[in-house]
Amino acid sequence: MQIKINGIKVEVQPHMTILQAARKAGIDIPALCSMEGIHEIGSCRICVVEVKGARTLMPACITRVEEGMEVFTHTAKVRRARKTILELILSDHPEECLICAKNNQCELQKLAMQMNVQRVRYEGEYSPRIIDDESPAVVRDSAKCILCRRCVMVCSQIQGVNAIAPIGRGSRTIIAPAGRESIMNSPCVQCGQCVNVCPTGALTEKSHAARVWEALEDPGLYTVVQTAPAVRVAIGEMFGLDPGTPVTGKMVSALKRLGFDRVFDTNFSADLTIMEEVSELIQRINEGGQLPMITSCSPGWINYLEYFFPHLTGHLSTCKSPQQMFGAIIKTYYAEKAGIPADRIFTVSVMPCTAKKYESQRPEMHSSGYRDVDAVLTTRELGAMLKEAGIDLLSSSEQSFDEPFGPGSGAGAIFGNTGGVMEAALRTAYEMITGEELKNLEFHQVRNLDQVKEASVDIGGMQLSVAVVHGLGNIKEILEEIGQGKSPYHFIEVMCCPGGCIGGGGQPLSKDPEIRQKRIAGLYMEDQNLPVRKSHENPVIKQLYREFLGRPLGQKSHELLHTRYQNRRELIHSAY
Amino acid sequence: MLVSVQQIEIGQEQSQRVEEIIEAYKHKPGALIPVLHEIQNVLGHLPMWAQQRVSDAMKIPLSEVNSIVSFYALFSEKPKGKYSIGVCKGTACYVRGADKIIEQLQELLGIEAGDTTPDGNFSIEVVRCIGACGLGPVVTINDTVYTRMKADKVKAVITSLIKQAEGGG
Repeated sequence: MQIKINGIKVEVQPHMTILQAARKAGIDIPALCSMEGIHEIGSCRICVVEVKGARTLMPACITRVEEGMEVFTHTAKVRRARKTILELILSDHPEECLICAKNNQCELQKLAMQMNVQRVRYEGEYSPRIIDDESPAVVRDSAKCILCRRCVMVCSQIQGVNAIAPIGRGSRTIIAPAGRESIMNSPCVQCGQCVNVCPTGALTEKSHAARVWEALEDPGLYTVVQTAPAVRVAIGEMFGLDPGTPVTGKMVSALKRLGFDRVFDTNFSADLTIMEEVSELIQRINEGGQLPMITSCSPGWINYLEYFFPHLTGHLSTCKSPQQMFGAIIKTYYAEKAGIPADRIFTVSVMPCTAKKYESQRPEMHSSGYRDVDAVLTTRELGAMLKEAGIDLLSSSEQSFDEPFGPGSGAGAIFGNTGGVMEAALRTAYEMITGEELKNLEFHQVRNLDQVKEASVDIGGMQLSVAVVHGLGNIKEILEEIGQGKSPYHFIEVMCCPGGCIGGGGQPLSKDPEIRQKRIAGLYMEDQNLPVRKSHENPVIKQLYREFLGRPLGQKSHELLHTRYQNRRELIHSAY
Repeated sequence: MLVSVQQIEIGQEQSQRVEEIIEAYKHKPGALIPVLHEIQNVLGHLPMWAQQRVSDAMKIPLSEVNSIVSFYALFSEKPKGKYSIGVCKGTACYVRGADKIIEQLQELLGIEAGDTTPDGNFSIEVVRCIGACGLGPVVTINDTVYTRMKADKVKAVITSLIKQAEGGG
């Protein structure tokens, strides 16, 4: 099919929108509310174009191409209309750009620049500002919201959580949970996917930067930082690198320059998680425990299950996440080994995730007598702190993680992407169960971006049936099947965010449609290049069990590395 | 506060009615609005516990239910007063001074339009044109229509209703 855009002939597929066709032809039509494939309601009207023969201007994001269509994307009429629309949006938007967390990353700001808007002709009352900062993870500022509804769509269509919706009508509409409540009194799982799609500063993470700066400057505190696998393949983006470029060594030296006393690798505690989780799986299979067992590293996923399927939390592994396990080990084993009192140690983690902030503040994450993790920075926050400290990541030297919790295994590295925890677990389960060496380490059945992946793995004559799910919106059917006692699986990996942690709500903002594939490729590259690729072969893990923990699922592990779950729905709705 | 007390008092019978309404419509697609409408007829408004019941039974997220309840002027999330006052703010009533009537009512009752007095006796609502344009500004109190309202007339009517409410216990 052929259409003409600005007089240029363009070959298009039927069902394409004008916006897609124009992008294909290299013509940039500004768009704001649209998210391809997820959110196509044409609500903001910024993308209007002239179509020959049409009575009115047409929104390019939802108007389908037709044979022989003639489209004009930047005529005076179109530009005037867009400017008017943008000015109307700006007339109810606070002029606080210089001190906004989204400054320079705001899509509204970019549009204003692109369309050369230098004054706003409309004056009127501003919508009231309602700030919801009760959540330890996500902050909402209604004054900066332009009602584009991207957050609503990602929350309902991708995550299946439906925490927020447009409440009220007309100019008094706000995006909020039912009853205009705080998100803390809603099903919100704190995943931060809404933060990633918000075009303005209406949704941001709750910053822990101030408390981390304070700890770094306190000579009485010994600061220990751990970095999650997904951070190293994404933080480079904030300094201009291609997505997925691993910058592990540079990140370590930058963290040291920032002033941390010790820089450790969360991959190490991912290995520890595998030791405990695989032992738990084997125990459940041998002793007739609840199956399928489901992974528990993703705090957004935990929040989801605790709210929507609280009767199924017995299927969750009781293992704490790697972040929390690490904190507990630092404040016990490491404190003793290094001769530093636990109350002087301040543990920070750098995570691709906002839900990790929530997780770190759960009351039960305190099993050593001290908070496992004292502060959680997102990848974005760390990038911003490095810039504030004048540290250029790219010109930093390459350094190794500190001993003893330095290099994790390759299995730990792939914890950051969908399928990775499963693959890491299979590598260890095979050898733990059969006592034989696993020849082919790579389980390609679980290595893609399909929404639900299944595999059956022969382990010493036993067929282990597994599934891998990412994006909470894809999990419901599997859970209903479990509820009916019909699940065919032994073991399921669930990651809350699409693509896994590399697509987490704390990662650098990106418009690259291939962002997930690129970051995942970076992690598999890390895995391939590490000398140890199985968790149980990590020498420090062996040492930790020998010197401190005893054995997986032992008394000490039970106290420090395992947790329990709650019925979040009951907690919240006892309020009505 | 008052709402929850009322809820406990009316609890059993009304929640039974709510369940019956939901049961009747549960499997009909697109029945959300009629269900909400009928529940409001029983309860007088749509408290959050009723919205939550609808959400659970009809498997529609609570945020979506509340989005609809808060969108339509027909639905009320707050209980109406024993005397439910509606002030018309249609064009004709507006130009004839409906604003002053609203101000007067707010001052007399100590509440904002859209709210209910703490004793549950009065609520003020701003309504769209009720079709009595020639007689504006128009005020309705329950089923009685008051026409050509002025500030002093409002005061007289409200004062007498306050007395009635107190006297009648």
